[in-house]
Amino acid sequence: MTKAMEAEPTRAPAAGRRGAAVRVEGVDIRFGSFHAVRDVSLDIAAGEFLCLLGPSGCGKSTLLSALAGFVAPHDGSLTVDGAPVTGPDPELGMVFQSSEALFDWLTVRQNVAFGPRMRGSSRAEQSALADEYLGLVGLRHCADKFPGQLSGGMRQRVQIARVLANRPSVVLMDEPFGALDAQTRQVMQEEMDRIRRVSGCTVVFVTHDIDEAILLADRIAVMTAGPAASIKSVYPVDLPRPRDVTEPSAAELRHRLRQDIGEEVRKALRDQGLALEEDL
Amino acid sequence: MTTATLDTAPKQRVERRPAGAARLGLRTAGLYVVSVLLGIGVWQLLAMHYGPSLVASPRETLSAAGDLAADGTLTNSVIASARRILIGWGLGLLVGVPVGLLIGQIRIVRQLLEPYIEFFRFIPPVAFVTLAVVWLGIGESSKVVLIFYTSVFIVILNTSAGVMAVSESKLRAAASLGAGRRQILTGIVLPSTVPHIVTGARLAMGNSFLTIVSAEIVAAQVGLGSLIWTSRNYGRIDWVFVGIITLGILGFVFDRVLRIVASRVLRRYGVKL
Repeated sequence: MTKAMEAEPTRAPAAGRRGAAVRVEGVDIRFGSFHAVRDVSLDIAAGEFLCLLGPSGCGKSTLLSALAGFVAPHDGSLTVDGAPVTGPDPELGMVFQSSEALFDWLTVRQNVAFGPRMRGSSRAEQSALADEYLGLVGLRHCADKFPGQLSGGMRQRVQIARVLANRPSVVLMDEPFGALDAQTRQVMQEEMDRIRRVSGCTVVFVTHDIDEAILLADRIAVMTAGPAASIKSVYPVDLPRPRDVTEPSAAELRHRLRQDIGEEVRKALRDQGLALEEDL
Repeated sequence: MTTATLDTAPKQRVERRPAGAARLGLRTAGLYVVSVLLGIGVWQLLAMHYGPSLVASPRETLSAAGDLAADGTLTNSVIASARRILIGWGLGLLVGVPVGLLIGQIRIVRQLLEPYIEFFRFIPPVAFVTLAVVWLGIGESSKVVLIFYTSVFIVILNTSAGVMAVSESKLRAAASLGAGRRQILTGIVLPSTVPHIVTGARLAMGNSFLTIVSAEIVAAQVGLGSLIWTSRNYGRIDWVFVGIITLGILGFVFDRVLRIVASRVLRRYGVKL
């Protein structure tokens, strides 16, 4: 935990709030003639942390975009607590891979207060909520800075606070730590575990980093290589938290995940016409 | 524990170092002076070579400027032209920015207006001088409308290009945070487009200066363009030189002011000039 964390005691802003159950049924996504995702079905329990793991470019982010309501599936259904997803919705918060998603002309506090402002909350309520969630991610001291003045890790924390300030029931995260350096990523992963516990949201987290998935997930869904990606296998992660990826049981899971993904990567390379040594 | 500090140490924006900046500014100013003196030297040589009937020398131009300033012609011309430019250009921004935003954001508006924009932007304002006078008379409005005409399309084009370049993730983020169509337009699209709008405004200012001379061809009593045209009738090459040089200086000053004001006031929107 960072120094800032210790200085700002963690409260439980969304105490009592439960995540929503997400159901993906036979979802098919196409862009013109390109078949991105084929027949994906997943049941995600309320409050569960699910990692979508797969090789780069396999359609994980596309599936997440559909869950967020940015992309309409060609076929199949997406529901949150039984209600179909029809478009972008404050209930479905999205943390983007790039901090380009932050509004550079607004201060950090104004960024976090954006959702409450759109809902028509009073000014006092907006800034109270912003400060509360900036406290949760340890950034209250940066409230009056602009995003451009922060480091990459801090900007991603602003994104997380901005989404949580809307009190969503589901948080969708698209490789949120992918662009960070290794040390910062590790800190963010540890904090993510804590933030998730406090907020109680359902989380769908896209990553291509096996260790990150093992560290965070309740279940890991491995996707096949695109195009027409689907779910290859789903692994429950029954390891005590906080987790240590160097433990033997974690190592075994990592080995299996690596094999699964390796198969998909080799398949993808073969499809691209590359012959690998072991195939010759 | 040690890794945490890496993340919490903010990258400070590089603030201007006063000493270094002052030295740099002094150097720039010095080079400007050298460049202007060299230019005047070349001008003097040309004047000596071609004689006063073709090229007024720097000295003759200066004394002509003195005469024109003394009887108020120069000041009145500057005020009249600057006023026309500011009004026409201001109206161009006032109309061009909203139209550009709508064109960039709403496909049907783009499809309806694009043919006209692509048509008119290739017709120079001078082609409309006769029509402007016939339709609007010889008063101020015909000149202001020509300046407006030369400003508005470039502002529309830059604004709509800026709208198209707004990052998809910002738009998606705003939508998923609960912003409606209108809130996205005013709260995300407009602020993201500010640097493009400023570029459009600067180009429009340049166009306005190019147009003011033709706008004042017909029936303008005062103005820098009108000064240049009437001097021709009197065969006063030195007055033509005064008009041209004043126009250039005025344009330089206007652009400088625009840049300084825009980069101060609109800095948070990423305007760097």
